[in-house]
Amino acid sequence: MFEASPLVRRKLRQETLAKWIFAGMAASMILPLLLILIYLIGKAWPSLSPSFLFSVPTRGMRDGGVWPAFIGTIYLVGMSLAVSAPIGVLAAVYLNEYARDNWLNRLINLAVINLAGVPSIVHALFGLGAFVYAARFGYSIISASLTLAIMTMPVIIASTREALASVPLSFREACWNVGATRWQTIRAVVLPNSISGILTGVILQVSRAAGETAPIMFTGVVFFKAIPPGKIFPYGLHEQCMALSMHLFTLSTQVPDVKESIPFATAVVLLGSVLLVNATAIALRVRLRSRKKW
Amino acid sequence: MQVTLPAKPVEQTLLVRRAKRPNWSVLIERALEVFIRLCGVSAVLFVLAIFFFVFKEALPVLTNPKFSLSQFLFSDQWYPTSEVNKRYGVLAMIAGTFSVTVLAMLIAVPFGLGAAVYLSEFCGARAKETLKVVIELLAAIPSVVWGFIGLTVLSRLIVKYTGAAVGVNVLNGGIILALMSVPIIVSIGEDALKAVPDAYREAGIALGATRWQLIWRVLFPAARNGLLAAVLLGVGRAVGETMAVLMATGHAVHIPHSFLDSVRTLTANIAAELGEAPAHSEHYQVLFLMGVLLFIITFLVNLCADLVVRGVRRK
Repeated sequence: MFEASPLVRRKLRQETLAKWIFAGMAASMILPLLLILIYLIGKAWPSLSPSFLFSVPTRGMRDGGVWPAFIGTIYLVGMSLAVSAPIGVLAAVYLNEYARDNWLNRLINLAVINLAGVPSIVHALFGLGAFVYAARFGYSIISASLTLAIMTMPVIIASTREALASVPLSFREACWNVGATRWQTIRAVVLPNSISGILTGVILQVSRAAGETAPIMFTGVVFFKAIPPGKIFPYGLHEQCMALSMHLFTLSTQVPDVKESIPFATAVVLLGSVLLVNATAIALRVRLRSRKKW
Repeated sequence: MQVTLPAKPVEQTLLVRRAKRPNWSVLIERALEVFIRLCGVSAVLFVLAIFFFVFKEALPVLTNPKFSLSQFLFSDQWYPTSEVNKRYGVLAMIAGTFSVTVLAMLIAVPFGLGAAVYLSEFCGARAKETLKVVIELLAAIPSVVWGFIGLTVLSRLIVKYTGAAVGVNVLNGGIILALMSVPIIVSIGEDALKAVPDAYREAGIALGATRWQLIWRVLFPAARNGLLAAVLLGVGRAVGETMAVLMATGHAVHIPHSFLDSVRTLTANIAAELGEAPAHSEHYQVLFLMGVLLFIITFLVNLCADLVVRGVRRK
């Protein structure tokens, strides 16, 4: 039979070695995620319960739950979504369906990349200068969620573009050839065929907006705000509110003698909601891919 | 042979009729298309607005005769609240940002590119899906949670294993930032490797190259621009990160001499002091000027990444 020469054997050894080294590097990505999750949940365990989510902080935030912060985050995310989702989706429609490959398109692309790349604290400065002072919204939910909206818009633009680009050109051509205009084609063919992809982008925007701290901490989110218990809509839009991310920051850096499990439980609630939202997006994408007809 | 031309234009002989839509529907469509165009341009407007508003708030200090821009950039004396002699030098913060970013990249680039190589060259479809999900989840962890991990978990580990006096320092921030910027390096890097034509790989294997040689000698050179863009975007992410470094790097304004020194970055400084600075005071304006500086840095980094990627596509 063929005996592997020493040279071939060395090559094979190198091959396996390379494979394992790179596999190790990839695995080193899974490890931190798992460790973080296990450690956080373990530390938070004494405080984790449904009542932690639904009760208000007590004893100067050293005890109690996170309800006002949780509902505040929902407010901020919902409002920012209401602004950024329509503009972001339409911007992507423009970029993918209308724009020609010219300087304007390049400029818009560069702007989208930059909007995603501008540091979150610069977004905060912008929100402070533009919404709080120039537009006179004051420190309020409106200012904070508008800042969030502009900051997270690139997420929606990028994923919507991808979803629109995955609709084959032949679908559009077929529609144009029966006499439909550009917009009719978009409405009747392009959007229905990419709606799941667009939804994924919107969901990702939710998770991104829920986790941001810097842009909201100077535009409308406060350390602590007492809300009447049991009220479903405790905040007015011109008021300030609490938010989970800010709550975690405050608890871990500003409040002395806090019970150890409380900040960990807050981190778990924040991380859990964000990862849950992301998992939804991933599940949606997987389902979409399995159902794809083209 | 003579061609006989029809006496009337074709439209009239063949009864061709175009379906007419009501005027209002055409008008609505026009209006909608204008709106879509407007949304498309909105990203440009937002970027301009960000620069405008941040710059507008910073402008008074630039025209202030007592303020010198060279002192701002090249002095490490940061005493914004001093009664007698206010000094605004951000060099120590620039050094802080630089040190944390460099350390983060030293960790994240090998691991990120290694993982990208594994994803695109070695693993099967199943493992690839799983890894991509993990990377996506890693990217989704909010920066404040990363900061919290740095503050509570990593700092204890650092104190325990390195004997440093404080656990929140360059090393802590670097590791946290590395974990935060690895996902973007992996996903962009994998795209770049995927864009290398299979013919290159086949040619390499046909010549008897090992996978190792194939990766070093063929794939990396061929995907050079894309990989560079991946690294640049990682740098952009690390420079701009705020909450995580605010919590994980300690809070000392001085130029670091070792990995175990505490530092303060540009972003963290704005986040820490904006709340205390009285609105429209000099201190406040200097913080906005730091924002302008950050904007320019990240703009240049992203512009470079974009140009590099564009270079790839043209090829």
